[in-house]
Amino acid sequence: MSEAPVLLQVSHLKKYFETGSGHWLKAVDDISFAIHQGETLGLVGESGCGKTTCGRTIMGMYQKTGGLVCYQGQDVHALKGRALFSFRKDAQMIFQDPYASLDPRMTVSDIIGEGLDVHHLVKNRQDRTARIYELLDMVELNHEHANRFIHEFSGGQRQRIGIARALAVNPSFLVLDEPISALDVSIQAQVVNLLKKLQQEQGLTYLFIAHDLAMVKHISDRVAVMYLGKLVEITRSGELYAHPRHPYTAALLSAIPIPDPDVQARREQERIKLSGEVLSPIDPPPGCRFAGRCPYATDLCHEKTPELTNQGDGHWVACFHQLDR
Amino acid sequence: MSEKLLRVENLRVSYHTYAGEVQAVRGVSFELDQGETLALVGESGCGKSVTARSLMRLNKVPPAEIKPESNVLFQGQNIYQFDAARLGRYRGQDAAMIFQDAMAALNPTMTIGRQVVETLLHHQALSKKAAREQVRILLRQVGISEPDRRFGQYPHELSGGMRQRVMIAMAFANQPRLLIADEPTTALDVTIQAQIIDLMKELQQAHQTAVIMITHDLGVVANLAQKIAVMYAGTIVERGSSREIFYRPRHPYTNMLLEAVPRLDQPEDKELASIAGTPPDLLNPPPGCPFCSRCRYCMDICLKERPPVYQFEPDHQADCWLYALDKPAADAPFTRRNDHE
Repeated sequence: MSEAPVLLQVSHLKKYFETGSGHWLKAVDDISFAIHQGETLGLVGESGCGKTTCGRTIMGMYQKTGGLVCYQGQDVHALKGRALFSFRKDAQMIFQDPYASLDPRMTVSDIIGEGLDVHHLVKNRQDRTARIYELLDMVELNHEHANRFIHEFSGGQRQRIGIARALAVNPSFLVLDEPISALDVSIQAQVVNLLKKLQQEQGLTYLFIAHDLAMVKHISDRVAVMYLGKLVEITRSGELYAHPRHPYTAALLSAIPIPDPDVQARREQERIKLSGEVLSPIDPPPGCRFAGRCPYATDLCHEKTPELTNQGDGHWVACFHQLDR
Repeated sequence: MSEKLLRVENLRVSYHTYAGEVQAVRGVSFELDQGETLALVGESGCGKSVTARSLMRLNKVPPAEIKPESNVLFQGQNIYQFDAARLGRYRGQDAAMIFQDAMAALNPTMTIGRQVVETLLHHQALSKKAAREQVRILLRQVGISEPDRRFGQYPHELSGGMRQRVMIAMAFANQPRLLIADEPTTALDVTIQAQIIDLMKELQQAHQTAVIMITHDLGVVANLAQKIAVMYAGTIVERGSSREIFYRPRHPYTNMLLEAVPRLDQPEDKELASIAGTPPDLLNPPPGCPFCSRCRYCMDICLKERPPVYQFEPDHQADCWLYALDKPAADAPFTRRNDHE
């Protein structure tokens, strides 16, 4: 899996927001991981854990507070001029809400064509139209859709338009920020299958941000689990499900219902029940962020922050009391 | 045969809009016994919430229109013939409802304690002091820590999970016979969702409440509901016991719903069953089977006539022309999932 060269290296990335009167919201707090060429890395966590902030900071949409994001060896936050322009073309983003992220006053062809114009990817009008049709075909929409406005489309169709817009400039890296959570299940499957197909055809690299672990497991090669601004575990998705080592990952997995009464009955017996709720990321206390809800927590967890360490075979865990199965 | 707690017969609800009449619910029937849990499962726009709201007479008329042939019988009485006083008792005391968005359902200008007290005082002759005491007990029952402090807090001061707990406390305040839960956990994170589902189960068992659970997530109801009804485009296309629906789905739509979601216990490389197209426009519903335009087994007759109800097990029915073929109770052309018999 990890033979492919590293496309994006995130090291000790931090993004804090000042909330006034000297308080800091530590949305992303010292996280490191790498994304290899052609793979899909899933980034999961519950709402408010910082996964979207992480995606946006990687894209340079937010200024970082500390750390380093290297895309093909270049520091993303230090890019200027031409280099920045070309990074913006190479790395694209697809957003969660297809109702809010597309301009209601632009036609579909203008939305898709804007990137083509900005990056001078087409020579003339015929080329532009041909390319737009090609992209519409790619996302399985009709050519007639080109002259329509966004309000005429359903959520699934809008998300396809968002995908066509992102792909227009031939990117190699896509950050997908909850691309399917606003869609119905039958439509989710359509979009996920489309994303998988496009990845195979064009060799794209995905950072897939979502809260739905079952879907993330389905689409990702590796999965990173976040909790309150920290990465708690990264490994191959099959391994994560079979042998979660961090108590939070185990609890999260066991809380996801499986649509099968017999399997579910068995799992409910074994479920790791978490008490309490997620802490506020504003001025978090020292120690492991999960310690307050963790059934295995000891004094050590409240004092020291566990580092993300390699447990061999590319399985990284940040915990003093790992689960061994 | 004892009286059913709730019997819904041929419920039809339309909305009159500028574009025309949207037939949101087109003939829905089901029954519910005391203490039973029914899940209404479907995608957005299939009419499941409109159905739920019409069981409480919450649809605003107009623009909504409840067609005269619809019957909603609670303990044998038609709730659409209730006068204001009886309706007041029905809502809150006989039946209660939990909504998806607790922030929108709770009053932002009242403390949560006062809101729950209000619910109690509306239905029971209690002194304010006694009511407050009972609310503290209720809040503790639904797993709210420090009920004394929470009592005086406003909804915005609570987390999403806590707000949903407050809604549950309000719903159970008068020990209703029927609880309607409209996507109670959709807005919550999975670990919180699991807590809320546990709580609902526990309270249901303690009070022998009948529950109608509305959801789009089949996983949530796998171990919660005894009966499941699958809705599509304003109609129930399949209904049956939970085991029948999960292990022997008969309607192609139900089968697709089960195949379209990835399961944690399945290998990643399994492709998701994806179905082209979108649900029909209910402004102008198709004359035949509502699912026919997306169904891979679509036949000529599906386009023309609405399928009749076919009975399988005593408790399992599906509306699909596939079963009209000469083989009696033919097996679905799609493979059975797990047969545990």
